[in-house]
Amino acid sequence: MQYRFTVPGDDFSKAGRASTELKRVLTRLGLESSLVRRIAVAFYEAEINMIIHAGGGVAEAEIGVEDIVMTMRDEGPGIRDLELAMTEGYSTAKDQWRELGFGAGMGLPNIKRNVDKLRIDSVPGGGTTVTMVVRFPARGAA
Amino acid sequence: MKVRRIAELLEATVCVGGEGLDSEVSAACGADLMSDVMAFVKQEVVLLTGLVNPQAILTSSLLDIKVVVFVRGKSPSDEMASLARDNGMILLSTRLSMFLACGRLYEAGLRAGGVREIE
Repeated sequence: MQYRFTVPGDDFSKAGRASTELKRVLTRLGLESSLVRRIAVAFYEAEINMIIHAGGGVAEAEIGVEDIVMTMRDEGPGIRDLELAMTEGYSTAKDQWRELGFGAGMGLPNIKRNVDKLRIDSVPGGGTTVTMVVRFPARGAA
Repeated sequence: MKVRRIAELLEATVCVGGEGLDSEVSAACGADLMSDVMAFVKQEVVLLTGLVNPQAILTSSLLDIKVVVFVRGKSPSDEMASLARDNGMILLSTRLSMFLACGRLYEAGLRAGGVREIE
């Protein structure tokens, strides 16, 4: 099953709508709640990053038998120093986002904590693609 | 602790979800930064916050947080109330500060933080 969401770049009030929709789908599929929460948090963090830093983009989720692959593509300014961006507390977000409760520099490290595989392809000036994979526990496993 | 007891201790107004006051919570978290809520909360907590925007509701909903208390006399907008109803949440509003609200709940026995271990 494949789901595609357009994340608007100019309207922060819409942040979290795609994640909420994805969470509903996963819950309906009967996935365990802590697994659903991990996926929803990673997707939400990436969704917020696209709005704050890249002017929006496209978020896709492909739900397979063994895992979910989430791909977030934007055409924003890219990440200049990926290592620095992965450091907790480092953020280039403007104060307006902090006043809304975000932009504390916890996003990428939190995504890494919640997914099994994270890949970030970014070119300064050429946009960013974030690919996240969360594996499902094998059926019948304890 | 029952949500009804939390409302009493905080002298709170019930803004949304009055029918769910007999539900139980076992941990609490006080935060204004939703970034921190997402990064640290692990259990289904009652969230105390001074952040009043739809993202406070959406973030809580994504984390399975069913009860949100707005501190410092803040109350949710109609849009937030509607979002909370759609997600089966309870919203309370107290005139207490964050410190005093957390202190009252802690003193009454709600002592688990519900967050992951912080290195």
